[in-house]
Amino acid sequence: MTFPGARPPDRSQRVDINGVGIATYEWGAVDAPIIFCVHGGFDFARTYDVFAPLLADAGWRVISWDQRGHGDSDQVALHSWDSDVRDAACVVDHFTDRPSIVVGHSKGGALMLQLAEAQPHRFSIMINFDGVPSRWRMPDVADHERTRLFATEIETWLDHRRSLIGKQRKPGTIEDLARRRGRMNPRLSKEWLEYLVTVGARESADGWRWKIDSSMRFGGFGPWRPEWAQLRLASLTIPFLGILATELEEMGWGTNAEALVPFLPPLGRVIELADTGHFIHIERPQLVASMVLDFIAEHS
Amino acid sequence: MRTVRHHHVDLAIHELRAGTGRPLLTLHALGASTPPVEPAWTVLWPGPVLGLDFTGHGASTVPAGGGYSAELLMGDVDTALADLGPCTILGHGLGAYVALLIAGARPRLVRGAILADGAGLSGGVPGPSSSLVVESLPHQGIAPDPWARFELNRDPRPADYAISYVRQAVILSGLASPIAVCARWRPGWLGAVAEDPAVLDVTLAEGLAAFAAVE
Repeated sequence: MTFPGARPPDRSQRVDINGVGIATYEWGAVDAPIIFCVHGGFDFARTYDVFAPLLADAGWRVISWDQRGHGDSDQVALHSWDSDVRDAACVVDHFTDRPSIVVGHSKGGALMLQLAEAQPHRFSIMINFDGVPSRWRMPDVADHERTRLFATEIETWLDHRRSLIGKQRKPGTIEDLARRRGRMNPRLSKEWLEYLVTVGARESADGWRWKIDSSMRFGGFGPWRPEWAQLRLASLTIPFLGILATELEEMGWGTNAEALVPFLPPLGRVIELADTGHFIHIERPQLVASMVLDFIAEHS
Repeated sequence: MRTVRHHHVDLAIHELRAGTGRPLLTLHALGASTPPVEPAWTVLWPGPVLGLDFTGHGASTVPAGGGYSAELLMGDVDTALADLGPCTILGHGLGAYVALLIAGARPRLVRGAILADGAGLSGGVPGPSSSLVVESLPHQGIAPDPWARFELNRDPRPADYAISYVRQAVILSGLASPIAVCARWRPGWLGAVAEDPAVLDVTLAEGLAAFAAVE
């Protein structure tokens, strides 16, 4: 199956990171300067199949990878935010020891904020697509009701963990999987979602299944606070471009420019894209690619 | 020893002392495992005494590549509870923090949680801090998993997050005081827990006696 503008990676390789196989993909000349593109939660590297070639055709070597448990990378026993940051550091290290440009979408953007804070030598420019959490999207309810909601959320998660033995993703046709994904990607076209099935799902005798680890589920809880990402943003010393969605979606944080401006680093800029949802680079690949390339040119 | 399965991990449950009635399930400290012999205090519990080895510890599976969190260890305990049924829990160090989490998360299955001293009690700082990213560690694949020792020694434990589990346990367990603190060293999260009016501040013997008496 094809999609207008989508191009498979020019190269791919598997990188062993502390015993976890991570699938990596590249578009563009091998000797071109590197831009890393980091996917968000429940996504995978090939969601960049339209966006990455636009950067590659402008003279860049674009590298992306499937995070652990996603796409063709290993399914693992344990997932955590810090292990995703560590895996990212190792992938970057595998390809270069020089400062590189990094683009991150959603969770991928927030992960890169943390990596840049921990290891500022790794990046020269950072671009973030709707990936700076700023607040919980919690209902405004009384404390005792909040306690019950939180308890239900944790109990549901534990029930899910108990159900994982031998569990697989639900099989279906390409159309079925695209329709299911459409609930989390409501603004993306049926044709794009069906294309994603062919690169992000695996076909077996009883149908297609998304490759993502069956232990993964939407939502979550823990001690971490969305506002902590703002601290990391403020600590950046490199040029930063944040491009924000303005149409709130299930997968988005709902962060607006007003929430980020007080924390922008000296070379930071944030732009809200009108009539655009969380999957900014998929909805408007040409516009966003030109914004990214212009920002890079301005700061190179 | 028997094993129960949590996703890709086989968890070891050791019988420290046989008996009948509600079990006391012990959770070890960070980097430790269930002791090979019955500790002296087990005589204070009227029923069987069991010990769970967390993921990456003791005789449980050591997975590749780390990715530990206290919440995932809470899932380890929940897997054990699915097999054992209602238990009273005694946690040492890291195990004390996990005991608090599971007491709030499964308030009808945890009939009292006792939080005791041990390695990994403190965790990391309670709020955002500068990240430390370590790409590799020696001795991977061997229990205690070095990733567990690294990651679970520095996870943030805000006091209000810990208190949210106390509130759940108090509201949903049906017990007037479902948590008992006997740890002498009290990092911020545990100090806040101990100050909650519904939490018992007792010795280990008193905590065991209190929970042996509940339904």
